[in-house]
Amino acid sequence: MTNKNIIEVENLVKKFGKFTANDQLSFNVKKGEILGFLGANGAGKTTAIKILCGISAPTSGKVSVAGFDAVKHPERIKQNIGYMSQKFSLYDDLTISENFRFFGGIYGLSRKQIRQRTGELLQRLDLYDYRNRILRSLPLGWKQKLAFSVAIMHDPQVVFLDEPTSGVDPITRRQFWELIYEASEEGKTIFVTTHYMDEAEYCDTVSMMVAGQIRAFGKPRELKEEYDVASINNLFIKLARN
Amino acid sequence: MKAVEIHNIYKSYKEVKALSGINLQVKKGELFGLIGPDGAGKTSLIRILATLLYPDEGQASIFGWDTIDEFREIRKIAGYMPGRFSLYQDLSVEENLNFYASIFGTTIKENYHLIKDIYQQIEPFKKRLAGRLSGGMKQKLALSCALIHKPDILFLDEPTTGVDAVSRKEFWEILKSLEQVGITIIVSTPYMDEAELCDRVALMQQGRLLDVDTPANIIGKYDHDLYAVESKTLHRLIKDLRTFDKTTSAFPFGDTVHLATNETFRRQELDKFLSGKGHENITIKPIEPGIEDCFMNLMRRQNDQ
Repeated sequence: MTNKNIIEVENLVKKFGKFTANDQLSFNVKKGEILGFLGANGAGKTTAIKILCGISAPTSGKVSVAGFDAVKHPERIKQNIGYMSQKFSLYDDLTISENFRFFGGIYGLSRKQIRQRTGELLQRLDLYDYRNRILRSLPLGWKQKLAFSVAIMHDPQVVFLDEPTSGVDPITRRQFWELIYEASEEGKTIFVTTHYMDEAEYCDTVSMMVAGQIRAFGKPRELKEEYDVASINNLFIKLARN
Repeated sequence: MKAVEIHNIYKSYKEVKALSGINLQVKKGELFGLIGPDGAGKTSLIRILATLLYPDEGQASIFGWDTIDEFREIRKIAGYMPGRFSLYQDLSVEENLNFYASIFGTTIKENYHLIKDIYQQIEPFKKRLAGRLSGGMKQKLALSCALIHKPDILFLDEPTTGVDAVSRKEFWEILKSLEQVGITIIVSTPYMDEAELCDRVALMQQGRLLDVDTPANIIGKYDHDLYAVESKTLHRLIKDLRTFDKTTSAFPFGDTVHLATNETFRRQELDKFLSGKGHENITIKPIEPGIEDCFMNLMRRQNDQ
């Protein structure tokens, strides 16, 4: 982690009619930092992520991701981030290497770059020998690791992971976190949501959203001390219930 | 009579084996958990029990009724909440509930006491279309609809998946209160911490049962020494612990690493080993395993076979 901010959010507000989904959010995320973006269902996490990814415009406030302004240059943001979610990741009826070729093409990589990155990333997962297998036949844990690799294929500065480990077995879930750590050590900033509260503890920083606002933001250990709770799970329950 | 009896059930979808020889019994009045990740076979098993799917082989019965030959009897006494929201999105909250009540020949009024605690939370929105409810409210409506005919047994397929920690806690409080009324409950979940809220659980992985027992007994069977190890840098700690010669496994659990060992060792020995690798603020504490430690241990053993 360095001191350079990769995500800067200042007074971000997003309204849908009279409803305020994001209410004056302000926070920074540094290069290589792993941020756990937590909150109850309906707290406004998805709205904020869409704005940070350049998919939705804020009502007011300043948002910059990877050096680009979310209002003026949302397209530049999209080129510099990776995104993976539990709901949509890869195409089930393509092979592993076809998925890499497809997404590499979308991100504008050359054929040579695609070949090289596919090889590198699959070797790292120890799945190179399976590259011609159709995705549908693979275990969920493999698919999630592959989806992560595809999301970092174009070497983005920031990776958004929306519940990447949902439904994954406990061993694979932890292997997935090792991939996250590796990416962070390479200098990629990780923005991750999860309902597994133990995973919140693996993050450098956690943000806790309640009813459109960020109620707590800091290192897991410091937050636990400040609120006098044994775990982030208890912090979550404490903040979201009051 | 057992609430549920399952004999040697197999189910495949083309080349994918969903269930491979499941044998299981659930007692009347039990809160029974099917615990496992996606692909474990939880949904297939629940759908077979709810008479919505035929097994390829084997047989199952609910309160003595066969799930194939006597499915009509079972449907009268069973409530089912599928994993995906499947109520009528273009009917209102109240219309959905009325519809389910009338199908089963009852009324909301007759069994209101049973759903009161849950339904009251969504009653202010009873004129709202079901499709326009939030996730948490949909879940409460689905449970109300599954309960409105006062079932003897309730099948809940991953009711808390994707639900935040607070709503999950509330949902389990509701399940506990339903258990008090005497309803047998079979609930599936990928969250290992929820296992400890069940009377008994089946730990499932890739279509097989890793173990079936009370949470306390499963924990009692854990056969390694387990330690919670901490230092300033979690990621490096995991890697370094794996190179320690007494280590069976090392996995992160929250802000510590759970180290399982087969051989006993002196704690100073590990402390010295980690200090030598440059770790600071090291703590090493012996701990009791949780269900997740047990699940991972059983998984590794199955993979080794």
